[in-house]
Amino acid sequence: MQFAYNDEQQMLHDSAVRFGSDEWNAADRLKRLAEVGEGAARRWAQMAELGWLMLPIAEDDGGLGGGPVEVMAIVEGVGRHLMTDAYVSHCVLPAALIAGGGGHCAALLEQIGAGEVRIAAALVEEQGFDVAVISTRAVADGDTFRLTGAKAHVEDGADADWYLVSARTSGVSGEREGVSLFLVPRGADGLTVQRFRSVDSHRHCNLDLIDVAGIPVGAIGEAAYRIEAALDRAIVAHLAEAVGSMEAAVAATLDYVRTRQQFGTPIGSFQVVQHKVVDMSIACEEARALTMVATSQLASGGDASSLIAAAKVRVAQCGIAVAQQAVQLHGGVGTSEELIVSHHLRRQMMLDLAHGDRDHHKARFAELTR
Amino acid sequence: MNLDLAPEDREFQQEVRDFFANSIPEEWKKTVRAGLRLSPENLVAYQRRLADRGWGAPTWPKEYGGTGWSPQQLHIFWSEASAADAPAQFHQGLELIGPIIFTYGSQVQKDFYLPRIISGEDWWCQGYSEPGAGSDLAALRTRAARDGDDYVVNGHKMWTSYAHVADRMFILARTSTEGRRQQGISLMLVDMDTPGIRISPIHTLDEKHHTNEVFLDDVRIPAANVVGEEGMGWNYGKVLLDRERMVAAATAMFLPQTLRAVREAATRRRTAQGSLIDKPEFKARLAQIEIEAMAVQAMVLRLLADAASGADSGPRGSMVKLRWSELTQQATALWVEALGPKAQHFAALDDESVLPDDMPFALKGALYARVTTIYGGSSEIQRNIIARRALGL
Repeated sequence: MQFAYNDEQQMLHDSAVRFGSDEWNAADRLKRLAEVGEGAARRWAQMAELGWLMLPIAEDDGGLGGGPVEVMAIVEGVGRHLMTDAYVSHCVLPAALIAGGGGHCAALLEQIGAGEVRIAAALVEEQGFDVAVISTRAVADGDTFRLTGAKAHVEDGADADWYLVSARTSGVSGEREGVSLFLVPRGADGLTVQRFRSVDSHRHCNLDLIDVAGIPVGAIGEAAYRIEAALDRAIVAHLAEAVGSMEAAVAATLDYVRTRQQFGTPIGSFQVVQHKVVDMSIACEEARALTMVATSQLASGGDASSLIAAAKVRVAQCGIAVAQQAVQLHGGVGTSEELIVSHHLRRQMMLDLAHGDRDHHKARFAELTR
Repeated sequence: MNLDLAPEDREFQQEVRDFFANSIPEEWKKTVRAGLRLSPENLVAYQRRLADRGWGAPTWPKEYGGTGWSPQQLHIFWSEASAADAPAQFHQGLELIGPIIFTYGSQVQKDFYLPRIISGEDWWCQGYSEPGAGSDLAALRTRAARDGDDYVVNGHKMWTSYAHVADRMFILARTSTEGRRQQGISLMLVDMDTPGIRISPIHTLDEKHHTNEVFLDDVRIPAANVVGEEGMGWNYGKVLLDRERMVAAATAMFLPQTLRAVREAATRRRTAQGSLIDKPEFKARLAQIEIEAMAVQAMVLRLLADAASGADSGPRGSMVKLRWSELTQQATALWVEALGPKAQHFAALDDESVLPDDMPFALKGALYARVTTIYGGSSEIQRNIIARRALGL
């Protein structure tokens, strides 16, 4: 039983924290957010150079073969410094979705690792977060398939070069059988990308597909398992991001209550303030312990689905509560754009929505533990 | 980071599982799941069975008759005990005074008292709180005056749980009024048969007799029964701070027992729309508590990993105590809710058969649970401790 990172994982973690404090210094945050395209491209190239983008790719596919724990070590730093670079959406998730997918996939994995391509996953539709509840249809057309339908909430999809689109090759919405996965290039005929920004400065999109050519990934009709397994990887990575962010928000709050003077004394000397900070730190501990156990269980290859669903619920609850209290204890200034705690709150709220919110995963947990 | 069980841990797990298999009488289970203590006779019988197996003191080092188990083994033992609906061992001898005796006691005290704790021969109670000294324990006023080879003790102890059952009591008494309040307090071991001790029950809201007032009038305690040095009693409590994380961990491991009871009660409960367990609102509320219980279990694992690696776990013991106590309150309350109107059937006026399944255990459990956020350092005190020790506020 070992909770600490090993040396190699610790190095990854330190590297991510260092990168974050260089590139995402809280004082320069608004400037960073303003330089969308250029800054993002420069940082992505740096991440490739650091080897982060090769990390979650299997060694057989030319990557470094890092597991969920190695990814956690990086993503904690992403959360701590609120990097908007979509490491989870453009690297961890697509790498898991296309691994062993045949055809184009090997070449694309190599390109992901080199930072040459960004792939976003279009897995859900208007009806909600269940990967089986999809109506987009794919019809065979010679070697390819023709996709028609609409995908919603493509995480970090606004600037992607390719989309991994789930579509039905048989059956009806709600059935796990008949779900297939396809690669669609950004400029494909019949594809409309509706881009939008969320309040945490992540850039997402919806997709409209009318008779769009798609390249199949993996076995036709059997992608639900592949998608769920990949989403588990993405979700536990997001948990680590939330934990990193929560801990940073608590640290900022502790600094603030120790120095902010009111009534002639630091506000941290007031018991009512102390107990709130204590509750924040307990929430951090809950979220961290649960994230570590879920990540470790996923890494060991055991059935982690109910644990991951539970962790998704609880980490979101703890994360949002912590960030809300961080804003509260900073007082008026906590609501300002200038202070980092307001950014932590916005990211926590959006992380809850990524790949299924609290209600969705609570219901899923209840089903899995029936 | 690696939480997998090693092969030798798997073997141990099987050994413990075999020990517990079908060993817990059906009539114990409802009491256990309600977080209530079994009758003293049953708890002593359970302690004897563990002692016969060599497992009487799971958290003690081998040299004092303990198992010397690693934190990983303790986790396995408690998990299996919890899954089998086994009760938690009574802790006042095993976890409170035992470790103080083996850390600070004389050789004579160790040789005499420790084996009797493990065998279940001695039941200990804790004489700490007083009417004017609860959370502020250093305000205690019980006096111990030296008289030859004895101390003569006078005072009034409150909330002395199981004093009515106990063979022995450990007390904190003031041997000096000089210096800081924490100085001049001594820790003494008292035989409950000593003349001058009077026990008066405190009736509590759950109508179960757990706790008492204890009056000490000119009680003569041999000076040899002082643990460690006179006037140093306050400091000896510190050994418990480190061990409390184990008590908190062990207690929290038993939370799933209550949740199983909630699930079963909700499955049995018929409503106009079918079984209660299938109603979405109820499902969501049960899932919420189960999820939070999983978070506490994860915290326990991390706490034990700290203990295994010799790391300071900082405030995590207090955190587990806080979260566990809140959850045991919520879980027992949900159990009562799952019973619906049947929760009114608290006591039969004529024929016992009027009482439905789970009653009165569920309701007693829910009421008893109110004390869990008060005893052993109230939630408010725990938050003060975390703020001061961990956050430096």
